[in-house]
Amino acid sequence: MDRMSDNNKIHRGLEPEVTEKLRHQAAELNQSIESGDYARAMVLINELGEVRDQSLYREVGRLTRTLHESIRNFQIDPRSAEQKEVLSMMTDASDRLAYVVQMTGQAANRTMDLVEESMPVANAVRDEASALREEWQRLRRREMQPAEFRELYGRIDDFFVSLTKDADTIYSSLSEILLAQDFQDLTGQVIQRVTTLVKDVEEQMLSLVVMASHVDQLTGTVHQIDSEEVSAEQGVGPQMKAEEREDVVSGQNDVDDLLSSLGF
Amino acid sequence: MKILIVDDFSTMRRIIKNLLRDLGFTNTDEADDGNTALPMLKSGKYDFLVTDWNMPGMSGFDLLKAVRADDSLKTLPVLMVTAEAKRDQIVAAAQAGVNGYVVKPFTAAVLKEKIEKIFERIQ
Repeated sequence: MDRMSDNNKIHRGLEPEVTEKLRHQAAELNQSIESGDYARAMVLINELGEVRDQSLYREVGRLTRTLHESIRNFQIDPRSAEQKEVLSMMTDASDRLAYVVQMTGQAANRTMDLVEESMPVANAVRDEASALREEWQRLRRREMQPAEFRELYGRIDDFFVSLTKDADTIYSSLSEILLAQDFQDLTGQVIQRVTTLVKDVEEQMLSLVVMASHVDQLTGTVHQIDSEEVSAEQGVGPQMKAEEREDVVSGQNDVDDLLSSLGF
Repeated sequence: MKILIVDDFSTMRRIIKNLLRDLGFTNTDEADDGNTALPMLKSGKYDFLVTDWNMPGMSGFDLLKAVRADDSLKTLPVLMVTAEAKRDQIVAAAQAGVNGYVVKPFTAAVLKEKIEKIFERIQ
């Protein structure tokens, strides 16, 4: 079964003119042997080998060209002069991915700066509002002396002023946080480019493997391929498609269930 | 309560630091892998360790094992906050003596719940 599908791939891999030549030369070889012309047979066997080698070289050449083009075409479309300058400095995928790490890191830090600035403002507003509310309740219960009331009067006035200012501060932090998410556009483009390159390379590698298996079959080579167990002890990072996998938890609930089944 | 936060990404350390501050834990230090964390733990009198798993240098799992093997540190509560999600890994961490395991991405509520649970058990 496997052999048959391999054979199909091989036939698809060879060009019609090559197979035609092979068929022709094989028939001629057969004829020379039948008629006892061994010298001619030897020449034909050499020629057959050359046909094989040449079609192999042609395939390898094609692969090399395609790989080279994939890498050369791996360019992002810069939309501004500034982007152009930044992006022209990056020539390979690892530089691009490092750029993604840098951009996302910057955005995360900018966002956290703004959040850390806004939190004390929100806390101060909350504290003053609840203090004023207590005073207000005292006033409503008629427990307040006129002097205290005058003080409260001024404090409420101040609170309205600072409330407007603090709300503006929080609002502008929020809109800056919104803007800090603009990295997604650039990093998204970069990652899509890298993904396309990886897919192209993957496809080319697959064709190379198919071609190599062709050569193996012609030369009768059998490879011993040992599958390597990767140790999870050093950590392997986030798992993809966790929902579809049995050996991976798909969230905190799974972790908790697993740990409680172990007596945690 | 003195807490050491170990993660190779400064953003994640900062998030955890902020969440811990909201929970009332303001005395925190940071380290970026096990190799930096271990000497700090040995000399710093920490009460609690929050660590990632996958880090260059010494991983959080190796750090956990080193902590449990050290006489002065072996009772230190350890919470793992990590993206490592293989069942085998969680079982291994449990066997190595982890006190809690939070899988990334996580929420503030989950972190709070796990920390409180660990302290309840200790008291």
